[in-house]
Amino acid sequence: MSESEKPVSLQSYIRLCAVVFLVVVCTTSAMIATSFSHIGEGWTLKVALILAIAVVNAFLVAGYLMHLLSEKKLIYTVLAFTVFFFIGLMGLTLWATNGFPPGTASH
Amino acid sequence: MEIPYTVQNRPDTGIYNAKLGIWLFLASEVMLFGGLFSAYILLRVGAEPGMWPHGWLNVTLGTVNTLLLALSAITTLLAWAACKVRDFTKFKIFHACTILLALTFLGIKSYEYHDKLIHYEIALANGKFADGHLVEKSADFDLAKKTGTVTLHGHIVEDRKELMDLRSPEAQAAKHDEITIAATDIKKMENYGPKHNTFTAIYFTLTGLHALHILGGTVVIFYFWAFGGAMWKTDPERFTNRIEVSGLFWHFVDLVWIFLFPVLYLT
Amino acid sequence: MQATVQQFPPFREGAAHPAHDDHGHHEHHEPNFWQKYIFSTDHKVIGIQYGFMSLCFMLFGFFLMMLMRWQIAHPGVPVPVLGPLLGKICGPMAAGGAISPDLYNSFGAMHGTIMVFLGVVPLAFAAFGNYVVPLMIGAPDMTFPRINMASFHAFFLGGVVMLVSFFIPGGAAQAGWTSYSPLASTIPTNGQAFWLVGMVLLITSSLLGAVNFIATIIQLRAPGMTWMRMPFFVWAQFVTAFILLLAFPPLEAAGVLQLMDNVAHTSFFLPTGLAVGGQLADRSGGGSPLLWQHLFWFLGHPEVYVLILPAMGIVAEVIANNTRKPLWGYKSLVYSALFVGFLSFIVWAHHMYLTGMGQKIATFFQTTTMIISVPSVIILTCMFLSLWGGSIRINTPMLFALGFLPMFGIGGLTGLPLGLAAADLYLHDTYYVIAHFHYVVAPGTIFALFAGVYFWFPKITGRKMNEFWGRVHFWCSFVFMNLVFMPMFAQGIKGMLRRMSDGAVNYSAARVPNAIDTLPGSVMELNTWILWAAIALGVAQIPFIINLFWSISHGEKVENDNPWDATTLDWQTPTPPPHGNFAHEPIVLRGPYEYSAPGHATDFTPQDEAEGPSAPRTPTAHH
Repeated sequence: MSESEKPVSLQSYIRLCAVVFLVVVCTTSAMIATSFSHIGEGWTLKVALILAIAVVNAFLVAGYLMHLLSEKKLIYTVLAFTVFFFIGLMGLTLWATNGFPPGTASH
Repeated sequence: MEIPYTVQNRPDTGIYNAKLGIWLFLASEVMLFGGLFSAYILLRVGAEPGMWPHGWLNVTLGTVNTLLLALSAITTLLAWAACKVRDFTKFKIFHACTILLALTFLGIKSYEYHDKLIHYEIALANGKFADGHLVEKSADFDLAKKTGTVTLHGHIVEDRKELMDLRSPEAQAAKHDEITIAATDIKKMENYGPKHNTFTAIYFTLTGLHALHILGGTVVIFYFWAFGGAMWKTDPERFTNRIEVSGLFWHFVDLVWIFLFPVLYLT
Repeated sequence: MQATVQQFPPFREGAAHPAHDDHGHHEHHEPNFWQKYIFSTDHKVIGIQYGFMSLCFMLFGFFLMMLMRWQIAHPGVPVPVLGPLLGKICGPMAAGGAISPDLYNSFGAMHGTIMVFLGVVPLAFAAFGNYVVPLMIGAPDMTFPRINMASFHAFFLGGVVMLVSFFIPGGAAQAGWTSYSPLASTIPTNGQAFWLVGMVLLITSSLLGAVNFIATIIQLRAPGMTWMRMPFFVWAQFVTAFILLLAFPPLEAAGVLQLMDNVAHTSFFLPTGLAVGGQLADRSGGGSPLLWQHLFWFLGHPEVYVLILPAMGIVAEVIANNTRKPLWGYKSLVYSALFVGFLSFIVWAHHMYLTGMGQKIATFFQTTTMIISVPSVIILTCMFLSLWGGSIRINTPMLFALGFLPMFGIGGLTGLPLGLAAADLYLHDTYYVIAHFHYVVAPGTIFALFAGVYFWFPKITGRKMNEFWGRVHFWCSFVFMNLVFMPMFAQGIKGMLRRMSDGAVNYSAARVPNAIDTLPGSVMELNTWILWAAIALGVAQIPFIINLFWSISHGEKVENDNPWDATTLDWQTPTPPPHGNFAHEPIVLRGPYEYSAPGHATDFTPQDEAEGPSAPRTPTAHH
């Protein structure tokens, strides 16, 4: 454990947690509201919005609960590579499966 | 022999061994779920028009589970904070909450699984489809021998496509009654298990793997909760590190659910 | 980083932990056999466990290959000697001692799986990595010794599951080591489910190992062991561990999905309208067979570098030691290894040109594939240039290391045509591909692994392996390896397809006589040649096996802890290294390859040698 951290009090953590939980409740409600709303044609816009809200939610958990915002450079480096390969895996796979010449089966 | 940096941070990296270990492990978990989410996207994009289900899962239960996990993530953080301020009693209380919340989550999840496994789609001999939850099978019901009857609480539709989008006004308006069907009228009877279609397949696989992670995390947290006292007395700092590391895993499991919930329940 | 590293707190933190003060009286009771050899958490014992198991698996995989080569050369003829035994074990699949096409398929699938996942990777990464890496960086053990033990146990279980699958009704998996769907889900045997469970266990084992390696290399380097003072072998293992960590999980995901396809009858990889045996399969359909290929090759291609990087690391150590001069271009080697590791994640679909993918995406993967050959060539070039002007000491490890260089060169260069879609469309699925990747892995990686065995054997046992029989082993292996694989290039270019259990007899006979695509008799005859070369190659391993076991108790004793006069820390330990490795805390003062430093009394300066400042490298002094 790092000795560089400021002296901690349980109270400050409880305050942080209350805020995080409140935001999680709000974002979850927003996702559900979006899901049942009638914006956009079909699902595309709604899916995009819902996922954007989910990313906010995930950022809160990773940033504050996993205290990633105050983590060391080494861990950022590892995660940066991981995210890059994650995007590579998803992006290239989708590109390859959708990039079939017209008239040929895609799967 | 003593392994260096099990408790203290290494000066040039600024972290202790287990913390690096758990983040590396989580990196591999990101790639594991990356593969699974890629599969989800490909299956969804590749589905024939109108054949990807919407509204098949119970949003209320999903929301409750989301909040349960969020709460458990918070009690996990507080349990670690309690260790940091050297308050073992509070640690016990917070992690007891974590374990109870996790078990409730798993309980709700198994209820949802059960609900899908007693939900049947029956292709009828007349080309229509009966769909609903199983009420009862008659004692002599045997599909192979064509004897007996089966009773569902549900409705009958002309086209399978009507069963796909349960959010649609037509599906919302449909009246659900008890229907009794003779085995002789049944062409094919299948529950909403993993093999039903690609949606139930990916639903069961993703949530099943996630539930396994929950189970594993709960076991580890329970172990620290029940048997951590000894280490707490001799080496509280090392124990605090263990709570931090297991907490990081728990938060990651929560993180996965944050994406599973919208992807499966809301879209 | 170099400035701060000297200010580390004491290497051992014993005083801070009262819980571990009872360290002293632990040494009184002698651990029993189970504690010492089965449930050991010592990285060296685990390394030896991995080494022994993987060598056994490699021998087993080799036997499968011999049986297949017999079937290819003499289709349908009962296997001599082993035939009756085969008939007993495999039942109707080996009726009369002859190998049926089904059995051939399952041997093919299991040969690949065993060689890659149970043979070469555990030997190159887990065995050598476990034994050598902590020694080289001056660590007392791996960071997580118990996870290390769990990793070996998962590996062992995975191996058992794979072997058990031979004995179930229907036999082992038959869909090739790549297990393409829908084939893998439609062959009527549970072997595929066993294969998948075994793979999940092996992947778990690799992940635990990879976490451990990375954490060890980052956290447990001795004071003074900066990144650029790490031996190249450690760098190679570091990159390998990252590849395993991030490339394996998608295959684990794919394995779980295919297991669902096979056990729960889902349709993740099964398309709509799939027909099996002339009937519509009872599946929901809607899945994507290509998804399996993507997830498989996302691991499958980086796996190639998992096979080759540790081998390059071993060769680098052996070459530096036996040329008695610093490795040429150490930094280029390091950066190339890092770049190879990074790029290996985005080349995978060059295994999939035949799926008919679009031209843009194919161009992307061709480009990355051509780019990744550059750092590989840099690594090989640095090693060749390291030989220049050296007073080379020839011994068995050095012979194998030198053998590696041209063999890997052939393997790598013949891979270039396969990276280009136009050439690949013709060559894919012919014997050319088999020859190509076997040149990389068999005379390439496995030669490097032999070099490693001969090289580190004195550290492990305190005795050297017999030099004469080592040379016999090398020269025979070298000659017969080439006799086995070189003809396959010719067969492949002539159009002989792989995976045919009758050695292409029917394929060739079905062609119009004298048409351009008939396989000429000379090509078919090569099957017999390859069979005899393979048998000779098998015989050539007998000296090695005897030498290995005989030398443990009868080999020539080494006169000191550093019999090869090496510079790296692994040789500055007692022999064999005790629990905790070092007699005193190693403090690293210089780079890994300070050989023949001018002004130094000996022609090597160990990394932790105290007296004298680090001698400057003056390349002109050697030329």
